[in-house]
Amino acid sequence: MRTARILQLSIIAAVAGCSGNQSALDPQGAPAIHVEHLIIGITVICAAVWLLVMIVLGWALLRKRPSDSSQPGERSLTISVGSAVAATVIIITGLTIASFYTTRGIGLPENAALTITVRGQQWWWQVNYADPDPALSFQTANEIHIPVGQDVRVQLESADVVHSFWVPSLAGKQDLVPGRSNSLLLRAERPGIYRGQCAEFCGLQHTHMAMMVVADKPADYERWIAAQRQNGVMPTDPDAVAGKVAFLSKPCAACHTVRGTPATGTTGPDLTHIGSRKTIAAGLLETTRGSLAAWIADPQTLKPGNNMPMVPLTSVELRDISAYMESLK
Amino acid sequence: MTIREDGQNLRDTGLGEIELDHRLSATWSTPSGLWGALSSVDHKIIGRRYIVTAFVFLALGGLLAMAMRLQLSQPEARFIGPDRYNQIFTMHGTNMMFLFAVPVMEAMAVYLVPLMVGTRNIAFPRLNAFSYWMYLAGGLLLWIAFAVDTGPDIGWFAYVPLSGPQYAAGKRADIWAQMITFTEVSALAVAVEIVVTVFKQRAPGMSLDRIPLFVWSMLVTSFLIILAMPAIMIASSTLILDRLVGTHFFNPAEGGDVLLWQHLFWFFGHPEVYIIFLPAVGMVSTIVATFTRRPVFGYLAMVMALVATGVLAFGLWVHHMFVAGLPRLGESFFTASSMAIAIPAGLQIFCWLATMWAGRPVFRTPFLFVIGFMVIFVIGGMTGVMVASVPFDTQVHDTYFVVAHFHYVLVGGAVFPLLGAIYYWFPKITGRMMSETLGRWVFGLIFTGFNLTFFPMHILGLQGMPRRIYTYQPEMPWSGLNMFVSLSAVILAAGFLLFFIDAIRSSATGATAPANPWGASTLEWATSSPPPPYNFARLPVVGSLEPLSNNPETLPVASGLSVDRRELIVSSVVEALPEARESSPDNSIWPLWSALATTVLLIWSIFTPWAVVWGSIPVSIALIGWFWPKGTPEDDA
Repeated sequence: MRTARILQLSIIAAVAGCSGNQSALDPQGAPAIHVEHLIIGITVICAAVWLLVMIVLGWALLRKRPSDSSQPGERSLTISVGSAVAATVIIITGLTIASFYTTRGIGLPENAALTITVRGQQWWWQVNYADPDPALSFQTANEIHIPVGQDVRVQLESADVVHSFWVPSLAGKQDLVPGRSNSLLLRAERPGIYRGQCAEFCGLQHTHMAMMVVADKPADYERWIAAQRQNGVMPTDPDAVAGKVAFLSKPCAACHTVRGTPATGTTGPDLTHIGSRKTIAAGLLETTRGSLAAWIADPQTLKPGNNMPMVPLTSVELRDISAYMESLK
Repeated sequence: MTIREDGQNLRDTGLGEIELDHRLSATWSTPSGLWGALSSVDHKIIGRRYIVTAFVFLALGGLLAMAMRLQLSQPEARFIGPDRYNQIFTMHGTNMMFLFAVPVMEAMAVYLVPLMVGTRNIAFPRLNAFSYWMYLAGGLLLWIAFAVDTGPDIGWFAYVPLSGPQYAAGKRADIWAQMITFTEVSALAVAVEIVVTVFKQRAPGMSLDRIPLFVWSMLVTSFLIILAMPAIMIASSTLILDRLVGTHFFNPAEGGDVLLWQHLFWFFGHPEVYIIFLPAVGMVSTIVATFTRRPVFGYLAMVMALVATGVLAFGLWVHHMFVAGLPRLGESFFTASSMAIAIPAGLQIFCWLATMWAGRPVFRTPFLFVIGFMVIFVIGGMTGVMVASVPFDTQVHDTYFVVAHFHYVLVGGAVFPLLGAIYYWFPKITGRMMSETLGRWVFGLIFTGFNLTFFPMHILGLQGMPRRIYTYQPEMPWSGLNMFVSLSAVILAAGFLLFFIDAIRSSATGATAPANPWGASTLEWATSSPPPPYNFARLPVVGSLEPLSNNPETLPVASGLSVDRRELIVSSVVEALPEARESSPDNSIWPLWSALATTVLLIWSIFTPWAVVWGSIPVSIALIGWFWPKGTPEDDA
């Protein structure tokens, strides 16, 4: 029962936590809720069985033994062991069936109306919203918006090594395997920001490969989609205007895209609307002008080994480029 | 009976005890000095070496664990950088699995199985010596590489493509893969020796239903090794080929397959768990029988459970790949099979409980470790049932929940019985008792420290903490538990430290042990502590499952073996009827030269494939020396 109590306490703790939590015990979508019920059910049963075994163990060891040396009958022992094995078979069968039903309850991602393609890379997430009309397709990074209360199929691909997509509050995880395409059913029942992070060891910065799933009300979601389809905004603030010039003249554009500008690099994340995202560098820092400047100035100290080089900039250029990035809402 | 005048082929039949000991010692002992030590083929000397080496690796692996706990004790700590951290957790896993857990179990078998089946040496004793040197070389390769910052950083599972030529530059991954080759060779060698020893060298009368349960467990384990190791051998060899000569076994761009690696790895990797666990089951059965003063209840059921576990072990590997995107029907099958293995495991637990209930428990240190094993391993089994469920697993796979789970299984299920086994067999191996007082402290510290360290990890995993991360952000709700875990790990480490102190101190100054200090009933206690080089002055004849339980003073013996050359009895597989007097090889330095030559070949081949060609020349020379005919007479049937 200790297991169950601690579990209960941690459930309370998890629910009390802020939104954006990353916990299997704080489920906010149907798939994760199904699994949580299974987790609690199996845990309670297993804890009860464990407790029972411990009671028998204590009794077997400490019971008062008859003073004469008469041995208890082998027959009664055989019956006890036999019934314990039979009980094990029944419990195991029950748990197996419960597991199958949970899988069925979650359903298949293939039936979802909306598909988002996530492509894992060392160490960030490329997110593609495809549309039959290429002009309406767009790409973003490390932040996935989904409409609340709707099944979403996340198609999972990898550009390099094996990664694993895991947003525990919404669903279990699924690997991104090079050369294969997997998919996962994602669903949020209420608006919120749900954090996830890579669960399969993928190299030096596996630790810093997080993403945010933002569940929007349908109207907000449509607004977000419409905004993301736009090209990068033309800066008006003088710093940002200078920043755009610097951005395009420096090596930045070789790796990054800002739609509507000559910057069309594809090695790094698409920056068209980076200012609108909650975090930069795959969940490493909150997006502010200061954090952008810190990141651009020295990405290798903040996230050692990541693929963004340190580009030599003057302090004015750094300030201007950060301002430009922040303006890309 | 013939005693020839020239002293050749003198039989033991008519000799008195003192002369017998004198002559057998001359025939079987290992010469003193360095040369003698290096050329010894005595299973006890090699077994002792193996055990000590494995425990050194345990201590080193434990230090790595403490380093990780230091780094994770608080968010965004900067004690260890990502590159070193990745090496550390890779080293910890690789070291504990390949250099500690599997070898230590085999080491215990190398020492104990020949004694328990009543023979004078293990089968293929020179192969045994070779196996140890290979193991030592593999361990040194890995640790020297780590010391010079070239330790593998790809996880103990080395998933491609991260371990492949494109993403793992340098030699780190090659060192991992080649270390696998070393430990494979040594593990396979020991497995073959155990199988042959158990099948063909049992004491006369030790029919299949009189084999001690520990020996049964090692027999099943050895078959698991023989069947599972080829998969990892193929995996590591093809990885080296991909890296070294540009094949594309695992490169999807050229028609290779990433999941092929995972299948090969886990087809080995899951039975690996049972390769570690089954010997521990045998240890538990042995200790339970001795300390409840009765045989283990349900001998046949226990043997069947061992065999069933061994067979089922090969039908579970996909549960390590439940989130890799395999077809659902296949996943369902592996859920059912993974759940099913709880049945033989449960059966064994119930048989031990029945034995404890029916017996008269004596609470000495080895038995305390068995009780600790029951408490912890059952939790590990329960969480094993949990991760066998696909939907459950999708939430906890690759999180700290799984870290907690397999430490409960491997530490609870294997290290606790092993520590109990060390306290139990220490007097036999060293001739001295370990301290009962310190033993209780060791048990208390390790039991408490272990649970406080690993139980909270279940919760951390459910709260979303993935494995193999070198730090976490302060916003995540994991700081408190991580600090708690790190502090608890200090208690656990203190327990192990005390264990090492007790073992080292007792081996020098412990109370002298009689031949059978625990009143046990298996054959290894029929000879002195420590056993003489020839194990038994006269080979015992076995008439029951517990040959020492009735009249320990009057064990029947077989006679007629030569005393001036190494001879032992070969017996039939089922009934152990004596079939022949087989000669057993003398000491030889050639296994060491062979191991050195093989080591040069394997390490050289990390750098150029031509090493396989040129390196095979010294290996051939060493093998010719090893097998050069000695003119020993043919065996007598």
